[in-house]
Amino acid sequence: MKVKVISRSTGEFTRERSQDLQRVFRNFDPTLRSQEKAVEYVRALNAAKLDKIFARPFIGAMDGHRDSIKCMAKNPNYLKAIFSGSDDGDIRLWDMASRRTVCQFPGHQGAVQGLTVSTDGSILVSCGSDCTVRLWNVSDANVADSDYLSDNSAKPQAVYVWKNAFRAVDHQWDGDLFATAGAQVDVWNHNRSQPVNTFDWGSDTTISIRFNPGEPNILATSANDRSITLYDLRMSSPARKVIMRTKTNSIAWNPMEPMNFTAANEDCNCYSYDARKLEEAKCVHKDHVSAVMDIDFSPTGREFVTGSYDRTVRIFQYNGGHSREIYHTKRMQRVFCVKYSCDASYVISGSDDTNLRLWKAKASEQLGVVLPRERKKHEYLEAVKNRYKHLPEVKRIVRHRHLPKPVYKAANLRRTMIEAERRKEQRRKAHSAPGSIMTEPVRKRRIIKEVE
Amino acid sequence: MAAFWNSFDSEISGCDCLGDSHLRQAPGDSIASVPYISVTMAAKKENSDDEVDEKVKKYLRGEAANLEGVKDKKLKGQLAVREDLYGKSAKTAAKIEKWLLPSEGGYLEAEGIEKTWRIKQESIAREVDILSSRNQYDIVLPELGPYTLDFTSNGRYMAAAGRKGHLAIVDMKTLNLIKEIQVRETVRDVAYLHNELFFAAAQKKYPYIYNREGTELHCLKEHGPVLRLQFLKNHFLLASINKFGQLRYQDVTMGEMIGNFRTGLGRTDVMQVNPFNGVVALGHSSGTVTMWKPTSSVPLVKMLCHPGPVSSLAFHPNGHLMATSGRENKIKIWDLRKFEVIQTLPCHAKTLNFSQKGLLAAGTGSFIQILADFSGSQNYSSYMTHSMAKGYQVGKVLFRPYEDILGIGHSMGWSSILIPGSGEPNFDSWVANPFETSKQRREKEVHSLLDKLPPETIMLDPTKVGTVRVPQKKEKPTKKDVEAEMEAAIETAKDTEFKKKTKGRNKPSKRAKKRREMIDKAKRPFLEQQTQEHETSRKKQKTNPETEMPKSLQRFVRQKAT
Repeated sequence: MKVKVISRSTGEFTRERSQDLQRVFRNFDPTLRSQEKAVEYVRALNAAKLDKIFARPFIGAMDGHRDSIKCMAKNPNYLKAIFSGSDDGDIRLWDMASRRTVCQFPGHQGAVQGLTVSTDGSILVSCGSDCTVRLWNVSDANVADSDYLSDNSAKPQAVYVWKNAFRAVDHQWDGDLFATAGAQVDVWNHNRSQPVNTFDWGSDTTISIRFNPGEPNILATSANDRSITLYDLRMSSPARKVIMRTKTNSIAWNPMEPMNFTAANEDCNCYSYDARKLEEAKCVHKDHVSAVMDIDFSPTGREFVTGSYDRTVRIFQYNGGHSREIYHTKRMQRVFCVKYSCDASYVISGSDDTNLRLWKAKASEQLGVVLPRERKKHEYLEAVKNRYKHLPEVKRIVRHRHLPKPVYKAANLRRTMIEAERRKEQRRKAHSAPGSIMTEPVRKRRIIKEVE
Repeated sequence: MAAFWNSFDSEISGCDCLGDSHLRQAPGDSIASVPYISVTMAAKKENSDDEVDEKVKKYLRGEAANLEGVKDKKLKGQLAVREDLYGKSAKTAAKIEKWLLPSEGGYLEAEGIEKTWRIKQESIAREVDILSSRNQYDIVLPELGPYTLDFTSNGRYMAAAGRKGHLAIVDMKTLNLIKEIQVRETVRDVAYLHNELFFAAAQKKYPYIYNREGTELHCLKEHGPVLRLQFLKNHFLLASINKFGQLRYQDVTMGEMIGNFRTGLGRTDVMQVNPFNGVVALGHSSGTVTMWKPTSSVPLVKMLCHPGPVSSLAFHPNGHLMATSGRENKIKIWDLRKFEVIQTLPCHAKTLNFSQKGLLAAGTGSFIQILADFSGSQNYSSYMTHSMAKGYQVGKVLFRPYEDILGIGHSMGWSSILIPGSGEPNFDSWVANPFETSKQRREKEVHSLLDKLPPETIMLDPTKVGTVRVPQKKEKPTKKDVEAEMEAAIETAKDTEFKKKTKGRNKPSKRAKKRREMIDKAKRPFLEQQTQEHETSRKKQKTNPETEMPKSLQRFVRQKAT
């Protein structure tokens, strides 16, 4: 007869010395484990609760400006720094790690309306309501040498005066042109004191401007006549325009899909468009209760952050209709500008109360160096929470956010109003001949027309 | 070691056939290598493919979701990606099972005209190594009564309890007696809690919980005189059935009594937990087996199994098979999904137990029979037998987890015999580790407490967690019910107290009018419903005669608006 019995030698299954690692043996057979789904559900519930316990998104406020902050700029070569400009003409360079001013750039007589940094990180361009454009030298050497304690102030490299006040400025990606927005759209070169090119289509001031990261010659602007216009620098005439029902305060291009851009509108929504097909919005992002003032995309292209007049900062998924996260503080007043940091971990908001605030992009993220085992555990908890986030107990915890009372009440009011409109529309439809009343899809509803 | 893993991972992620480098595909592609297999390799591949397919099915844990009906394109895309990922991980797990597991299972094969059930333990002991033959022994303790045993879930420790009050804890690896105490009372059953540190003994009046050192930790007075104890591992619940037929569930982490049910079917000492879904099954003297969960006072299932009393009960680890034996010398194997008998065996059994690999041990008198299904089709036949010395009456048979050993508790002590092929050769360190250190044990305790399942998760089909509950069709209330409701509403309306008004406003006529108004208000919704029903029935009646109209009048029939 042939016989074999299980016999395990202790040496094979235990460690030899105490400095060795313990040996782990795996058998993935499902019959060894019972009630796997219930265990996963309990883990998802615990993961959701832990998430809420560790959700501390606010890192700190950067104090120093004496007037409300209207614009910010990121230096693409230096992660730690951010520039901010305020209404009294004060431009500061901040070091985010220590949350202190590194350098000040005095000079503007009125409000600083726009700030931008060239892609190689050497020139900072600022424009203001005193009709001037100033160029500052901010190469790495300059920034690194600076001393935190002494209030370093720099002299501008060039000052260009022009005809009317400027509202916004943006620098071309990988080029040496920058464009300003004001009564018309001007394209400048670093070395010329007059604009190289001017675009003027429409009768109203242009309030924001953004160059496309993928196509360096395309730029999008928004104007006070409720339009969004796309220009091409190679052609001397503007390319396309879409007129909406309310004006757009800011535009941001998706860095990973450069044909898509998202517009932050005055009617509390953000509209994502495909630049090739402007007749219909790709997605409508609804959650704010007051005008959305600024928008910035994450470098991953998967999320964007918006700051609004209702004193909150929200983070949306690039294709999601509702916000994933909301940040607010009692001390933060109207948010006028937001930026997503270049490593996709932080969000910076500049607001009316003269402070810049630094937040975490993922509220319960562990900062600093994360060990591989910790990271795997976080990933596992995230995955198991996502698998069961539709079940009522888990959903209730995951969805829960504390809103400030005015925002909560305003949101309820908006909801009842929209619901009432919808019901009335439905009843009108039900009581009229079928096909006589056509409801417009939400993505098209706010667009009046598209002009070539 | 890490390098080996990396190379292996990349191989698995690419293609289905190991070693065919030209078939390596991009990770996003589905495994569609069939058109590229050369003819010469087809035959070899088929065998291994079949094996792998079988194993893959096991790891897939059910059917793939049907994505045809999903209209939302975004959702459909996301689900398709997930399904693909499940398929890949199941294939990887099947390959790991085939190539990477450290140990192989035991077996016993007879040669020539030999039959496996005639092979004696002595002949097996001669063929196997010394360490394994050490595991065959008889411990004779004649004065302390019939013994019952329990193993910890990793098979390392055993608690033995003699009827006359002897409690002993033995480390089975080193066959070392850790502690023994004499409680000087009848002990009817013993059960380990979540690890080797705690065990519960069902003594004469109440069950007690003891430490590994033999210190009495708790006296569970509420349970009463318990006959059988069972521990539900995932839920940390101690289930007990006592002399009066009361089933109790107690949470051993916080000491909370979760459920206390009167079974109503009399005294029984046949109780088992189904490890797959955590339901407790009781076998009664009327021949019925009832299955219970802690959140309902009514049994989930009541099935008539035997014409006489049920003498013992056992569950297969996969949760689908149950073996019951009755006094009429029959063992019945049930399929728990359909609640049907699969097989009836003419075998006498006072005690039954399934092993991890599906072998069934049946013990009666001083004779033990092991049954196995060789073809995997749940057709059990005799595999091995063992008869002990004449005076030994078998009380309990219990397979030791992760070993090919059967523990037998009998009237003269306890014994242990070798049954090749009964234990699971490969353990998972994070489920049960026979080589656990104390640090690992403490970590495991914390993790299992964090994963403790609430008692509501015990249900007959544990895969239902997280699925959508189908809405129940509401039955229309009958006329009588509606009338009864109306009567009840009228009664409550009649009983309302009216405010006593003064200054001449409390006239009896006004009071009577108000009362009549209240009754009408109570009646109104029912009357409205009745009129609605009349209208709908009238409309239905209207449509019928249309089809019955004579031909000449057809042109006057009202056409429905198209």
